[in-house]
Amino acid sequence: MEQILANGVYLGSQYAMIALGLTLIFALMNVLNFAHGQMYVIGGFVTYTFYGQWGVPFVLALFMSCMTLAVIGALIEKYLFAPVIKGSSREESTMLLAAGIAFLLDALILLVFGEKQRGVPKIVDGVFNWDFRLIMPYDRILICVLAILSIVAFIALMQYTKTGRALRALAQDRTAAQLMGVNVDRYSMIGFALGAMLAGLVGGLLVTITGINLGMGGPTSIKAFMMVMIGGAGVISGAIWGGFILGFLEAFGLAYLSQYGDITYLLIFVSLMIFLAIRPQGLMGKPWG
Amino acid sequence: MNFSAKQILGVAVFLLVIFVGVPMFIAATGRWDFYFTLTSVALLAIASAGVWLTFYIGRINIGQGAFALVGAYVSAILVVKAGWSFWISLPAAGLFAALVAVLLGLPILRLRGVYFAMITLVLTQVATLTALALPITNGAKGITNIPLPSGVSLFGLTLIPDFGQLENTRMAFYFTACILMIITYAALYRLVNSRLGHLCRSMQQNEELASSIGVNITYIRILIFAISSFFGGIGGAMFGSISQSVYPATFVVKDSVDFMLNCFLGGLGYVFGPMLGTLLIYFGWDLLFEFGKYQLLIYSTILIVVIRFLPDGLLSIRFGKGEKK
Repeated sequence: MEQILANGVYLGSQYAMIALGLTLIFALMNVLNFAHGQMYVIGGFVTYTFYGQWGVPFVLALFMSCMTLAVIGALIEKYLFAPVIKGSSREESTMLLAAGIAFLLDALILLVFGEKQRGVPKIVDGVFNWDFRLIMPYDRILICVLAILSIVAFIALMQYTKTGRALRALAQDRTAAQLMGVNVDRYSMIGFALGAMLAGLVGGLLVTITGINLGMGGPTSIKAFMMVMIGGAGVISGAIWGGFILGFLEAFGLAYLSQYGDITYLLIFVSLMIFLAIRPQGLMGKPWG
Repeated sequence: MNFSAKQILGVAVFLLVIFVGVPMFIAATGRWDFYFTLTSVALLAIASAGVWLTFYIGRINIGQGAFALVGAYVSAILVVKAGWSFWISLPAAGLFAALVAVLLGLPILRLRGVYFAMITLVLTQVATLTALALPITNGAKGITNIPLPSGVSLFGLTLIPDFGQLENTRMAFYFTACILMIITYAALYRLVNSRLGHLCRSMQQNEELASSIGVNITYIRILIFAISSFFGGIGGAMFGSISQSVYPATFVVKDSVDFMLNCFLGGLGYVFGPMLGTLLIYFGWDLLFEFGKYQLLIYSTILIVVIRFLPDGLLSIRFGKGEKK
């Protein structure tokens, strides 16, 4: 039981970070970022290149992952999403754009990093063992702690800085924020970059444990969508709840249901449907906000 | 419904091209593989028509792959395990997909916008997982060696020849798929220009308002979702029959996204948009095959450029911006 709970916290902390980035982009731009999983994969590959191949310290490699994704995110927002949102008569057009970007990033990953599964050496050796009731490698604990710290840092950023306040205002009401003198275009770009950066950060953290490959993008996006649906789209607390709930469900499912075959996700989905039938806006979401 | 002379001429030219022009072209150039490509286009266009219809009530549907998979499996199981004729299993597959859509639609159609898009996307993934988990679908091995469609005769008159005995199966499949596609789009056009179409447009604009003036929105959205999934099921069943096999990976999330892209690219305001979109996306992808590993890069770049400069779809070039059907 302790083991399952620990696994749940470990999975949940990573999932929450992925969901945070997605939900931030959604809240600011009303864009469903299909390319989120691909951004995560790029983050993983950048850390792999710096840390695994060139021997740069891990923290610096993580920083490079964040920076790369922030730049990619800012460019995508400025030159692709912003003009399309302005020029299109239907807001769904951004979904096509997001899907196109997901393909584009997939293509770039394939060309730059290849299709092989990549891993990096462990950052810390050893296994934490509490009486064989709870076994957890030290690197997983470290990653989990780092993930939770990043979430705390992100919330602090959103709550206590000027940028965070501007972003929250933007998410609440775009027009009102503009009227209050918020530079909407600039903060949209910053917000998108921040969301992409979070995806890159998770990728960089997880490459040390699960490794990274080209095919991980799509499934990651789908998981992120599920978390956002559980918690409610566009709400930060919702993304964190969603991430941890999915993490715990997965940990319990793997522990108790694996003997029946691969049905954990089937059950999660069925319960998600029932849940959404009762509460369509998710746990924390505003009704059709 | 009054058609202008221009419309009738357009349809006549279109029919002439696909039933006479294409076979002549293929016979002349000897590119027999085009039959398979065009058949796929026709079938995917049927499924895309369904997606377009859900767009028409203002829902972004990324779950058509799930219903295509359901259709493909139902038809395959009925033909292989129950020994039905393919031609009976085809509507059965469509109806079963529609039934699934009604059951799933009751809860999920209450969701809107991005929520609906996300849940339908997850639905596709779940269809694949279900196909892997259920015993009747044979898991990852899938159902293979599906026999070709058998003949149908009425009072000794052969209506549909036995596909297994035809020397040119590809052409037969091509014609079948095209006929199905034409029926689908004729039905779609009729639906859009009927009273139901008006109600759908009212829902696309504002569901609460439509509801307040007495439109039964729950009934209509489930009906539309069922019709949409019926198309998906038919397209999927036919696809399974052509490739003579169904696997859980026959329709995956990528296909669902493609169906959505087909509709977007052609233009959501035009009934024939998804047909054009499917043709361009499928053919474009095939043509880019020569570029090897740069295929996906070029394809996605073109896609992004199109949506960047023509956010309302390709058909909007001709008709000008802002004008809606």
